[in-house]
Amino acid sequence: MARALSPRRLLITTVAAWTVALIIFFPVLWMILTSFKTEASAVAMPPEFLSADWTLENYTEVWSRSDYPRFFWNSVVISVGSTLLGLLIAIPAAWAMAFVPGKKTKDLLMWMLSTKMMPAVAVMIPLYLLFQQLGLIDTKIGLVIALMLMNLPIIIWMLYTYFKEIPGEILEASRMDGATLWGEIIYVLTPMALPGIASTMLLNIILAWNEAFWTIVLTTTKAAPLSAFIASFSAPQGLFYAKLSAASAMAILPILILGWFSQKQLVRGLTFGAVK
Amino acid sequence: MGKIQLTKVRKSFGEVDVIPGIDLTIENGEFVVFVGPSGCGKSTLLRLIAGLEDTTSGVIDIDGKDATNLPPAKRGLAMVFQSYALYPHMTVRKNIGFPLKMAGMDPAEQDKRVERAAKVLNLSNYLDRRPGQLSGGQRQRVAIGRAIVREPAAFLFDEPLSNLDAALRVGMRQEISELHQSLKTTMIYVTHDQVEAMTMADKIVVLNAGHIEQVGAPLELYNFPRNLFVAGFIGSPKMNLIEGAEAAKHNAHTIGIRPEHITVGDGPWEGVVGLSEHLGSDSFLKVAVEGLGTMTVRAPGEVHARHGDRIRLAPAGKIHRFDTNGLAI
Repeated sequence: MARALSPRRLLITTVAAWTVALIIFFPVLWMILTSFKTEASAVAMPPEFLSADWTLENYTEVWSRSDYPRFFWNSVVISVGSTLLGLLIAIPAAWAMAFVPGKKTKDLLMWMLSTKMMPAVAVMIPLYLLFQQLGLIDTKIGLVIALMLMNLPIIIWMLYTYFKEIPGEILEASRMDGATLWGEIIYVLTPMALPGIASTMLLNIILAWNEAFWTIVLTTTKAAPLSAFIASFSAPQGLFYAKLSAASAMAILPILILGWFSQKQLVRGLTFGAVK
Repeated sequence: MGKIQLTKVRKSFGEVDVIPGIDLTIENGEFVVFVGPSGCGKSTLLRLIAGLEDTTSGVIDIDGKDATNLPPAKRGLAMVFQSYALYPHMTVRKNIGFPLKMAGMDPAEQDKRVERAAKVLNLSNYLDRRPGQLSGGQRQRVAIGRAIVREPAAFLFDEPLSNLDAALRVGMRQEISELHQSLKTTMIYVTHDQVEAMTMADKIVVLNAGHIEQVGAPLELYNFPRNLFVAGFIGSPKMNLIEGAEAAKHNAHTIGIRPEHITVGDGPWEGVVGLSEHLGSDSFLKVAVEGLGTMTVRAPGEVHARHGDRIRLAPAGKIHRFDTNGLAI
């Protein structure tokens, strides 16, 4: 039986939820407000909230001073590319771990996840030198590979969780029906895990889109995505908060829209398997 | 063709010998039922034949060819799973046609075969539905359709009716038997339900702890159980087994009398009725007989005996005799 919430409890829960949501969203809101202020208003003390001089000038200036479409396109190629490449490697890997687990499978999964706990800066120098020798610095393919490697443990973990939910008998049936390993993965496993694969894809596009450390370290101009575009506004001339905010708003807008429209899928994907 | 021969087939999971070594021949066109209690290895044996599990040692011949190391699809067998194992994202048409697609068959021929299988199984009106939109019985028929469309050398059924309700189970049982009559293909059927085994099989293989206890026709097993295990397992309600002085009178360590081979009325045994079940056609009585223990009696028609009544019983049929090792004398 579901526990009925009393009106008082409902009110407290709602207020608490909204408070937490506002605290989390406040920096983004402040950034958007700042992007419409003049530089003087943006740095005014005490902070101006409603009394600021509102302007669109920051956006026009950011647009005219930089090649936004190129950064945008680089972000799209890098985030989608690294996610697709990651899926290509992660689907067979997660299949193997979910359906033919060995004694060390759990350890392997934990080890993969542990690499995410390592500070990125620890591998910065070796990776940079490696990329330099391979001629991958400031190339989109270089960033696709780097971000795919960064996010691969998460992709494999998420897919592993979804695949574990698929009954093994269905895959055995496909084997009896003459499906080869690839036939089994392409015709049976992938379509059945499609909701999970879709949410994994969305989450990884968002993670790759927002990745700043590696994109700034490994690019200069040609392959720089929107995260590097934001950084380019904290330039040697000094900090221009209003313009920086406008650039940030322009950088996060596409992914915010994607996240907004896919939030149902994302939440469903992230809680998949948590309750049966 | 569909002759399957197992020679010294053994399966271990780590240290545990699930099947210590089995020799068995299944003739072409036979309906063979593997029966036994849970954990006796019957499903494992079926999966070994299917190729879904690797044998630890031994040889599996299918139609005279060594299939021990062949992958499942190369053995020419089709399997129907307990959970139906249908592809939920495909329509019934695509589910049934999947093995043909995997075999690279021409799409027109695929369609023809799917339509034919659907007609045999009364699924023609459901071809464009998905498994989720079907009832349990219909799903099971789709699973059977997916098996017959390949025209395999043999069908393997792994407890295919255990997810269905009692009424549907009886109907599907008949349908599978009729299918066997019309296709005349070898069928191997795993069940723990000995009624299914008795009603469907040409030959029953009784398994216990990975060993074959007895192989034979249903009535052969019923009338001539080789040992106490088979005597107790085949037949519903179970055979009454009596030890001690009463058995010694028949020069045996244990004697067995089927519930239908005991009459109520005059007789040497006196007891008190514990439970009485009246089915109309039969009455089942549990009677606590002095010196012998609780005996089950199956009397035809209505018997007016209630809880606590004292009645007399008499053996009126074959008495099975077993020695100290539990083997039939």
